[in-house]
Formats: sequence, C-alpha cells, structure tokens
Amino acid sequence: MDNTVATEHPHTHETAVHAEHAHVSLPQHRHHFETVEQQREAGSFGMWLFLLTEIMFFGGLFFAYLLYRNWYYDAFFTASNQLSVPLGAVNTVFLITSGFFMALAVWAAEVRKKDTLVWTLILTTVFGCAFLGIKYVEYHEKWEKHHIPGAHFDISEFVNPAAHGIKEKPLAPDMAERTQVFFFLYFAMTGMHALHMIIGVGLLFWLIGRARRGDFSAGYVAPIENFGLYWHFVDIVWLFLFPLLYLINRHPLH
Amino acid sequence: MSSTATIVSLPDQATARLPKRSYLNNEQGLLSWLLTGDHKRIAILYLISITFFFFIGGAFAGLIRLELLTPQPDLVAADTYNKFFTMHGIIMVFLFLVPSVPATIGNFLIPIMVGAKDLAFPKINLLSWYLYVVGGIMVLAALVLGGVDTGWTFTTPLSTHYLNTHVITAALAIFVAGFSSIFTGLNFIVTIHRMRCPGMTWFRLPLFVWSNYAASLLMVLGTPVLAITLVLVLLERVFGIGVFDPTKGGDPLLFQHLFWFYSHPAVYIMILPGMGVISETISTFSRKRVFGYTAVAFSSVAIALFGFFVWAHHMFIMGVSNYSALVFSLLTMLVAVPSAIKVFNWAFTLQKGSITFETPMLYSFGFLGLFTIGGLTGVFLGSLGMDIHLTETYFIVAHFHFVMVGGMLMAFLAGVHFWWPKMTGRMYPESLSKLAAVTTFIGFILTFMPQFILGYLGMPRRYHAYPPEYQVLNVLSTAGATVLGVGYMLPLLYLGWSLKYGAIAGDNPWQATGLEWQIQSPPLTENFIETPIMDHEAYDYEWLEQKKKNEVTTVG
Repeated sequence: MDNTVATEHPHTHETAVHAEHAHVSLPQHRHHFETVEQQREAGSFGMWLFLLTEIMFFGGLFFAYLLYRNWYYDAFFTASNQLSVPLGAVNTVFLITSGFFMALAVWAAEVRKKDTLVWTLILTTVFGCAFLGIKYVEYHEKWEKHHIPGAHFDISEFVNPAAHGIKEKPLAPDMAERTQVFFFLYFAMTGMHALHMIIGVGLLFWLIGRARRGDFSAGYVAPIENFGLYWHFVDIVWLFLFPLLYLINRHPLH
Repeated sequence: MSSTATIVSLPDQATARLPKRSYLNNEQGLLSWLLTGDHKRIAILYLISITFFFFIGGAFAGLIRLELLTPQPDLVAADTYNKFFTMHGIIMVFLFLVPSVPATIGNFLIPIMVGAKDLAFPKINLLSWYLYVVGGIMVLAALVLGGVDTGWTFTTPLSTHYLNTHVITAALAIFVAGFSSIFTGLNFIVTIHRMRCPGMTWFRLPLFVWSNYAASLLMVLGTPVLAITLVLVLLERVFGIGVFDPTKGGDPLLFQHLFWFYSHPAVYIMILPGMGVISETISTFSRKRVFGYTAVAFSSVAIALFGFFVWAHHMFIMGVSNYSALVFSLLTMLVAVPSAIKVFNWAFTLQKGSITFETPMLYSFGFLGLFTIGGLTGVFLGSLGMDIHLTETYFIVAHFHFVMVGGMLMAFLAGVHFWWPKMTGRMYPESLSKLAAVTTFIGFILTFMPQFILGYLGMPRRYHAYPPEYQVLNVLSTAGATVLGVGYMLPLLYLGWSLKYGAIAGDNPWQATGLEWQIQSPPLTENFIETPIMDHEAYDYEWLEQKKKNEVTTVG
C-alpha cells in the first residue's frame, strides 16, 4: 500500500508552512481554510445552521400559540380584533421592502458596486427602523389600554364591549381572562421578533460603515451574504406572525 | 489476562525530548491563552474549567450522601438538602456532562481527525468557552447568594410561583451556557461537513467524529428549545404572566413538553460522544477495525434521531393521555436498538482481537458493563407499568447515574487517559492509573447498585430522611461514594504530576491508526505541516504496519 499521509516530523518542513500561504489572495482569508471558496461555503453553511437553531427557538413559542389558540379560541379571536390590521399590513410591506433592498445589496456586493451597496443597505435600515417605529406605536396603544399582561391587565373591553363602543360579542369573565394569554404570546412573539430586528439594525450600521470603507468591493462578500440570510429569516418569521396574530378572524372556525 | 502484554511503545527516554515547537509553547503568557483561536488551547481551557465544576458538583454529591448516611435528617434541613441536589444536578448536567467530551476531547481532536488546521469558526469557539464561563460564574453566584431548590428541571409552577430562591440567576446561567453548547455543535457540524482533507470520505471518518456529529445535531436542534422555555419561565416569574400557571389559564404540562424536548435529547448529548471514545479505545487496544463500522456510525445518527421522539417518557405519571404514553413507551424501546447495536459491535470487535489492558481500556470495559446495565434498566423504565412503580424512586437515580456516570464519566476518563500523551506529550503513570480505574469501578458499583434495590423497595428520591429499614443499603451507597471520590481524586493528582515528570510519549505511544497519532505530540498550532491525504480506511492496522516498515527503510 502506498502511503502519503504527509505528517512526519514537522521541524524539517518549516519552509513548507510559508510556501502554503502563497496562493492566498484575499486579506480576509483565514489561514485554516484551504481556499477562499471553502471559507465562504463554511460561513454560509454555519449561517444556515444558526438559522435552524433560530427556527427551533421560535418553534417553542409557535407550539405554545398552537396549544392555547385551540384551548381559548374565543379569547384569541376577540383579542386579535384589538390589533390593527392596517398597521400590521403596512409593517408587512415595510419589511418586505426592506428585504428587497437587502437582496439588492447582496447583488451589489457581488458585482462590486460600492455606492449601490451603501445606499441599498441604508434603505434596508430605514425600512427596518420604520417597522420598529410602527411597532412602537402599536405597543404604546396596548399600554394605554392596559392590555399588557401582568398585574394591570384590564379585561373590561372584553367583558363589556358595548360600554367601550366596540361591536363584539361579550366574553364570559373567565374566558376574558384568557385574552391575557393571547397578549402574552403576542408580546413574546413580536417582542422576540423585534429584538432580532434591533440586533439586525445594529449589524446593519456596522455593515454600512464597512461598506463605505470599501471592505466588500473586492470580492469578499460573505458578511453581506450571511447577514442577508439572517435578515430574510427575520422577515419570514414576521410573515408567519402577521396572519397568526392579526388575521385570526379572517378565517373563523365557526 | 496477561499483565505483561502491552502495546505501549515509547521512545528511548534517554534521548527523547518534547518537540521544540508545539501549540503549548507557540505563544507565551496568560493573554495568549485567553485570546487564543486555537482549538487545542480552547480544549485545554475547557478541560480546566469543567474539571473545576466537576469537583464542585462532586462536593454536593458528597454532602447528599453524607446526609443520607443516617435515616434522621441530622446534617441539614430539608430546604438545604433541596439546594444540594439542585446544585449537584445543575452543575453536573449543564456544566460538566454536556460539555465534557465534546468541548474538551472533541474540540482538541475533531479538526485533527478530519485533517483540518482548526475548527471552521475559531472565534465562535472561543466565544463558546467565554459563554460557558459566564454561565458557570452565574451558577456559582446563585449558589453563593443562597442557592436554588427547584431541582435541575425547573418544574413549574414550583419554580415560577412558590420558591423564593435564586431561580432567575440559575435559569439565566443555563440560558447562557446553552448558547455555548449551540456554538460548539454548530462549529463541529460545519467543520465535519466542509473541512475534511482530501480522501477523507464520510466512511473513513473515525467513529469518534461520527458520534460527536450526532451529538452536535442534538445540541443545535434541542438547545434553542430549552432557551425559549427558560425565557418563558423567567417572564412568568418576573412579570407574573400565566403561560405555565394553571390558575391563569396556562398549562404546566406545556413546560414539561418543552423542557423534555431538550432535556431528553440532552441525555444523548451526554452519552454519544462517550460512545465515540469507546469506539476508538476498543479498536486500538484490540488491534482490530471496529466490527460493523457502518452500523456503529449510523447507530449514532439513529440514536440522535430517535432521541427527539421519546421525551414524553419523562411524563408518564403527569397526566399525558394513555395513547400518547403508549406511543412514547414504544418509541423509547426503539432507542435500545441502536444502543445495543453499538454494544454488540464493540463486543465483536473484542472477539479474537489482541486485547491489552492499558488504563483507557480498563475504563472502557467499565463503560461497557455499566452502560449496559444503565441502558437495560432504561428499558424497564420505558415500560409503562414498571414506570409507575419505579418513577421518582432511587431506581431512576441509579439508572441515570449508571448511564451518565458509569457511562459518560468512564468514557471521559478513558478518553482523557487515551489522548493525554497527545495533549501533553507525556505519559501518565500506568500502574497508579490502573488502580484509579479499578477503584472508580468498585466505588461506582458500591454506590449505585444499592440504589437500584432501594428504589425497587420504594425509597423516593429528593428526600433528606428515610425509614430506618433502608439504612444498610444507604450506608453501603455512602461508603461507595467515598471510594468513588478517591477514584476521581487520583487522576487529578497523577495527571498533574505527569505534566512535569511523565515519560516522554512520542508521536504514537498506542500504535493507533488515527490521523492524530501520525503527528507530533503535543501537536503544532497548525496541526499539519502539509494538508494530509487520507488514502486508507479508518482503523487500518495493516496500513500502520506498512507505514512503520517504510519509515525504517527510508531512514536507513
């Protein structure tokens, strides 16, 4: 058998170490990857795996949602009507637009258009921030109406909707209490989503800075690509959250 | 058993030297360790920190056994006792067993075994260690500030409404430590997929890599669910929200489902890498290729897969429906199949092998026996009728200690001894370590065998007092724990001693075939001078013979 496991005594081969680095072309190439291509593949594979962990993370919340929506359907139905569909729809459009500019940014990085990259990233950030702004307006309204779960939660709108000028069937007090479960899941799920958005916007500022310095204009686009994956993932989570939380009454069970 | 037969071949001690340049002396100073990206150095950092937590967790085990020496509650009060077993559980599960083999031995070896210079993401690897340390410090903080008494399972609504201890600190600690485990798993998977050297096909990978791959899948898919569960527990505790609280419409069973969806697979995170170690040692010390390589490789993946579909067997008496209990009981039995495939294949590897009894092999034999007992009693517990009688008794305690301590800890020690010469370049003292292996085995049996009987007789777990008729067995168990403690202290002492005074090990003291044994000990920072080319199957001892012959002729 012919053996070429070339791992014999190291000290005799010190020159080989330096020779090996000769083919390295990009400054971002890390020494432990054989080729730039391998590094890029590893990075994007790692990002996909990370997104898989994110799916499992949100999965726990979706599972809880599934359970309680089935148990307390009436409460979920009524409480869901408290959310503003127009605001949610506008936010969905903002987020998709933001995702569109992110996709453009990945393209701009790949074809090495520095200026296009910078302004598409800025637009991605702007629409992301607009989304967060509207989310703040929505949260604030819940705060004023005492619909934030906890000690100050107020069920009067659900027990006696007529007194608040709402055309809605009143809920029995015990079912009305369960709207708190809906609002908890609403805040936990959209809050966790918003947290991901905030982290994303932070990363965007960092990427814009690097893009302006020209870091991604010489063929090294991995951070832009991988961030793009993350940003689209955050979009997709919202695309599930919007119908599940806002549109329950558009497809009534009975 | 012949006591003289050995495969150890050390270089001539009169002329042997440690290599001039290695990962240990490549850079000097504390900062070069704390800011390193080198997977081998991070493995050593992990080894030191998990050893530290192992002995803290062990101290609590000692205190528990001391209290249980007598039937009366004479050492500590009930709530202090609760804090003891909670701390023991949290530290041993999250800070020792989960990272034990993967983060230390796996971190050190997986890049070398696949022929790479480092893990795919060295900085994330370092971040993983820092997260572990932060998590560990938070656990210690919870301990020093007054402890936690929920049990390691954080059962709701006990943990969210009724206890006034440091649940928040401890839960946050585990949340943080969980991300350390996610990052380790992610790094391993990417490395194994993308960084294999030329010729290193999937079926030429050492089985240690396969089993760590399977464990990594569990870490990546399971741990996030634990993370969100702990977030929900924290929110419920801090803001009084009712997601798990039945008085507010929440469902405590939901917590159990989410928690065990992680924590059952976590059991396999804790055992699979140990199984990988055993595959390596059994092959090396029988001088044979692992019998049924492909079956052993796929059984790891099968365990990982089945592991995700058995969680509700922790909940048989919690009010899940009879039908789901039936299905989960059946699925639980299925996990026994790939586990048995492994044990049988190891036994067939031994058959007609040239077996020698070095220390790693002794620990491996300990693993084989103890893991088999632990696994089989798991089948008892998976059967619905038996489970109703045995759950929440010492039978459960004995069962999972046989798997976790008798299995994983034995495998961990087998691995540490087996690769010690590779990590440090020096041998540990052989006869003393054999004594430690035998002591550990005897101590273990003495500690946990009586607990099977105690559990069968009906002694419940988590109580600090018990009826006097159980005392004899409890005294035996406490005596065993003492022996066990000595068995664990010994390696700490002689391995420390060997760092300075151990014999120079040379590249390949065991005449093993893995890529890691073909490079110098301790390895260079970059592992390989030239990218290796794998041109033979794993565990090919003929190839090794041939290689040695060629070396002699070419040198001459």
